[in-house]
Amino acid sequence: MLKISAEKLNELFDKIASQQTLYIPVDREDKCAEFKKYESGMTLSKALNTVRSAKDFFLPQTENLAEFRRSGKTIEVKDIRKESEDFVVFGVRACDAKSFEILDSVFLAEPVDTFYKNRREHGTIVTMACTRPEETCFCTTFGINPTVPGGDASVYFDGESYFFVPFTEKGKVFMASISDMLEDGDVTKLSEVQAKAREIMTRLPLANLTTDSFGGEKLMEHFNSEKWAELSEACIGCGTCTFVCPTCQCYDIRDFDTGHGIKRFRCWDSCMYSDFTKMAHGNPRTSQLERFRQRFMHKLVYHPSNHEGEFGCVGCGRCLSKCPVSLNIVKVMKALEDK
Amino acid sequence: MQEAMIKRAKELLADGTVNRVLGWKKGEFAYDSTPSVFETAEELERDFVCNDFTQANLSKYLIKESRKEGKILAFLKPCDTYSFNQLLNEHRIIRENVYVIGIPGGPKLDVEKIKAKGISGITGISKDNFTIKIETLYGTESMPFYEAISEKCSNCKSKKHVEYDELVGDEGDILNSKRFDMVEKLENMTSQERFDFWQGELSKCIRCNACRNVCPACTCENCVFDNPKSGIDQKAAADCFEEKMFHIIRAFHVAGRCTDCGECTRVCPQNIPLHLLNRKFIKDINSLYGEFQAGADRTTKCPLTDYDVNDCEPSIVHERGVE
Repeated sequence: MLKISAEKLNELFDKIASQQTLYIPVDREDKCAEFKKYESGMTLSKALNTVRSAKDFFLPQTENLAEFRRSGKTIEVKDIRKESEDFVVFGVRACDAKSFEILDSVFLAEPVDTFYKNRREHGTIVTMACTRPEETCFCTTFGINPTVPGGDASVYFDGESYFFVPFTEKGKVFMASISDMLEDGDVTKLSEVQAKAREIMTRLPLANLTTDSFGGEKLMEHFNSEKWAELSEACIGCGTCTFVCPTCQCYDIRDFDTGHGIKRFRCWDSCMYSDFTKMAHGNPRTSQLERFRQRFMHKLVYHPSNHEGEFGCVGCGRCLSKCPVSLNIVKVMKALEDK
Repeated sequence: MQEAMIKRAKELLADGTVNRVLGWKKGEFAYDSTPSVFETAEELERDFVCNDFTQANLSKYLIKESRKEGKILAFLKPCDTYSFNQLLNEHRIIRENVYVIGIPGGPKLDVEKIKAKGISGITGISKDNFTIKIETLYGTESMPFYEAISEKCSNCKSKKHVEYDELVGDEGDILNSKRFDMVEKLENMTSQERFDFWQGELSKCIRCNACRNVCPACTCENCVFDNPKSGIDQKAAADCFEEKMFHIIRAFHVAGRCTDCGECTRVCPQNIPLHLLNRKFIKDINSLYGEFQAGADRTTKCPLTDYDVNDCEPSIVHERGVE
């Protein structure tokens, strides 16, 4: 298998960055990781995951869509989109890589979201296999194997070297662009590391969580559950869970009057917010219970119902560690399946 | 402590003093808990928790809970009683519908500080004097207790309960904290350094509104940032100016009412030290109008909503602003 030794990793990053924009997870001062545009000398984070998910690359928090200017009786509509430049995101975990498939099923279905598609086409995803899953991880619940993380190409770390495997055409092109820096390596140690990670996966506190009680056919049973009242009681209605979530995809589109024209933009929305899906007639969900229920019904019932059984969660665990009052999808699943 | 609290809560439920109990519910892990209302002795025995990690301030929930049928028992830490008092002063909580038991406060621990040490896969946490022992999927780790103390408890202003019906444990004192040290450090920076500091911190903001929604001083029925009629409603910052605007407006709005409970910083998913904005206001109020602590009592008027002929003139802003 082709590899590069750990001490040469930054040389590799320099090479990739000389060809196209490269993003890697790096540690901030507070020891939390975030994806940053690579600049020479940056160190790859050892953290399992970033606070914000990698969906930001394809569905940014805010984005301008169009501009309007009125002169007399005509309105000039200006398409302001820019063609994305090619970029590489290095070090995406299996959960986030899977989230792109879920986002694709929404944004690349007809009518295609051309803004999203543009970025998807220009991005190469280089994933990294997990070796140290955390207690908040439950990706295996959704059929994800974190030791085989997918993407366009994958990287496996055995403690000394990084091994590369391409999966897609884009991944092969990426590999070809760095092939002169890679050498053949022995995978004996890597196999051991992989086996150990798989063993840890079976011992995770959430390893036994299943989706057996969920899916499109459970619509009315869960929608009418009396448990939502207690489950949502402590929810403070912030958007933390939705904004750190790699699969939350709802957005709002607004027009902003700059004083000399209109800018139409979209930004992430959160079903936890009081004005979520507010329309001219009013709001279909007037209580926090309904808004809270919406988020979990979407992931566990509506999404699988609309997308051939695919759940709208990848078990990354971000909501588990970030909710201000420790409410999360795991607690909801456990409560709802407990008859 | 937890057992004594459960015992007393069961007694008050049984004798009809209260019909609900506001506390914390056990979570999935050794460190997570959720504010919760308990209605029966069985629920209390099964799920009630009060440990080194139960940091959440329960006072704000009483706005809603005190408007329900019957009286509710609330367990409040010293800092939470300041928020409670302040909410009483603002007529947001119906006092006669709440039975307050003051419980000892922290220092509470923050699991993020443990994780920042590179300790991951946490399956259990125990305390042994000044050391905490952490069981993980990758072996046992340990670290000094004080290094895991949460930001909100690291500069505790008071161990005294300012409002309660009864206490569990002994009453504490108002402390001589060093909570303004970092504010002073920021004040002593050049304006460019200070700008860079806040630019760096606030640019991390994802506008999840957790700081606002958890804040006991933020109780507007419809926040200007959510209200399309306000003209400044926004779900996301369009640029770095708006990032700052949200936080600065919020800090101004809670000035004089913020009790420095530290919840804003605790809940921030991006670890922005938001409490420093509020502490700057508290420090300024103290120096311009005399010592004032929001929520300390039920009678003192907040200097910002009161008038005194000795109040500083608006020109103080200019005088102090000159470098």
